[in-house]
Amino acid sequence: MHLILFFIFAGCALAGAVNLLLQSHPINSALSLIVVMISLAVLYLLLGAEFLAIAQIIVYAGAVMVLFTFVVMLLNAGREERTRGSRAALALGFPAAVAIVAIIATVILRAQGLSTAGVQQGITSTAELSRVLFHGLLLPFEITSVLILIAILGAVALARQGNGDGERKAGK
Amino acid sequence: MTTVPSVYRILPEVILTLTGVIIMLAEASLPPRRSRTVLGWVAAAGTTLALWASLWQFSLPPGTGYFGTVETNSFTIFFHVLICGIVLVALLLSIDTLPKDSHHQGEFYALIVFGAVGMCLLTSAVELLLVFVALEISSISTYVLAGYRKHTGRGPEAAIKYFLLGSFATAFLLYGIALIFGATGTTSIYKIAHLAATAPNHLFVLAALAMMLVGIFFKVSAAPFHVWTPDVYEGAPSPVVALMSTAPKVAAFAFLLRIVYEMFPMLHSTWAPLLWIVAVVSMTVGNLAALRQRDVKRMLAYSSIAHAGYLLAAFAGIGAIGIAAASFYTAAYAAMNVGIFAVVTLVGGYNEELPMIDNYRGLIYRSPLLGSLLIFFLISLTGIPFTSGFFGKFYAFTAAVQGGAVILALIGLLNSGLAAGYYLRFALVAAQRPQPNPDEVVPPKPQIGVAVGAALLLAVASTLIMGIIPNTVLRVAQSASNDLQPPMPQMQISAPVSAAVHMPQSPAPPR
Repeated sequence: MHLILFFIFAGCALAGAVNLLLQSHPINSALSLIVVMISLAVLYLLLGAEFLAIAQIIVYAGAVMVLFTFVVMLLNAGREERTRGSRAALALGFPAAVAIVAIIATVILRAQGLSTAGVQQGITSTAELSRVLFHGLLLPFEITSVLILIAILGAVALARQGNGDGERKAGK
Repeated sequence: MTTVPSVYRILPEVILTLTGVIIMLAEASLPPRRSRTVLGWVAAAGTTLALWASLWQFSLPPGTGYFGTVETNSFTIFFHVLICGIVLVALLLSIDTLPKDSHHQGEFYALIVFGAVGMCLLTSAVELLLVFVALEISSISTYVLAGYRKHTGRGPEAAIKYFLLGSFATAFLLYGIALIFGATGTTSIYKIAHLAATAPNHLFVLAALAMMLVGIFFKVSAAPFHVWTPDVYEGAPSPVVALMSTAPKVAAFAFLLRIVYEMFPMLHSTWAPLLWIVAVVSMTVGNLAALRQRDVKRMLAYSSIAHAGYLLAAFAGIGAIGIAAASFYTAAYAAMNVGIFAVVTLVGGYNEELPMIDNYRGLIYRSPLLGSLLIFFLISLTGIPFTSGFFGKFYAFTAAVQGGAVILALIGLLNSGLAAGYYLRFALVAAQRPQPNPDEVVPPKPQIGVAVGAALLLAVASTLIMGIIPNTVLRVAQSASNDLQPPMPQMQISAPVSAAVHMPQSPAPPR
């Protein structure tokens, strides 16, 4: 069962990634990226890292991608023009890509071989993570709210149109 | 350890946070045309309350709270009181000098108060993750405040420069934290102190120390990490410079003391020469550059770099002596620097119509009070007796000599002579009788309001107190230094004859 799901979603991730590169419209590329993100989340889930999976969906597929599509639509980006690509990119890019894949594959195969894929022991569970976050590191976690608040406050103060007389005098 | 509710350990921070939230909400709900000055008073009241809460923490047994992430002892209280005092003076200064009808006043006060939360936490955090978050809070508030005059060209320039370089420095610090976590498997400062000596990969520990030092040197604007200072001070509003040239530096120095004396005492032979070099370079570069400045704020920026160098000289002292001298110097430096920027704010105004040293010609005739205060703070910065600047330097160089760094102390003394050149030149300009010049528009006489008066009084009083009866503050600094590291047989720093007034043993605030 795990194996079947793995192959389905690994295929989805790969197909999405290839589609992302091939599509010429930015919105289509962004949507393919969502497919990649969600497939990766399922793969994390299969490995037993449920927190990572949820975070992947909420943060990447949710927040980051909404931002992406928002920017694409704001900029009103149209269809990209197709170019043949520079010769240097072809000559260097493909060997480099092959080399990177080869290096990563060698490292992983040497470390654990092909047989031991599956749920790992060392993966942090949600329970352990929340114990750290709400027990040991409670204060830094809570203080982060002040950090976010101050960032918002600062952004508002700097971005809002100044209407103080003192500022206008300084401007002129 | 007796059980003290954890929230007592962060009571000043809680009060400051609540004050900030109240100001923020009130700013949004006040009608647009209403004056925001009252919010400034709310901020000042909240800061005073936080200062009182820090003093109240003396009644707690020293210890940690929130699962060993935050600590209270006389070291943290010393710096809490100092930071709250600086923030209070800066707030009082802003109440009278911010443009009255600006719509951003509420945010201004809220940012200062929230920034104070970060600075206070930075001094009491014993967990590196908390240190990082606290440092970011204090940094982000100062980045924004630096760019507050956004309709001038220089304001945004200052903010952007400060933000980019500051983020870079924070990244260094974070990298250092990651490396030390990699070497020891913990981010708790006490555990690191135990584990770092036996860490399997000594190179990681050294790299972590170096990275963290780079991050902190940037924050305290020590040379060669000082390039941002003059531009940022020039572009930021003067009341903000009064704050950011002192409070974040005080907090960063407190953290530096923690790093070198508490986290890496066993690497003394590594960091001591590093600090020696940085101290000498900061003093020399700061003073030589300050000699050539014609803009008041740029000159004071370079002078603050030089003062960071004097302060680092105290780190050459052994253990508690060095810590006490450095703590005393931060207090002395903060008092006089806040004071001189208060005078500069009043003379130059929020929009700085009078930025040059020449504009101060004859100040003492135009406004006798401000003129004499300016000269008083300049004398203190020079380090002439009966001011805090003298005893600050005295203890710092004594600590250096006792620690065996005689050459460092000599270079420091030479530099003090060099510094007297530009401080006294400035004082002389202020005292000169102005030549009657019909073409020149006579600048208006600066108005001193209630709030600014109180701010100036606080700064003058603390500069004088630390100059005439330094023992009071020094005793607190010494008990602070004993709390930072296990007490060991030590020579007491002997105070000179003029300091023989004995104060009651009660723990006294530095200001």
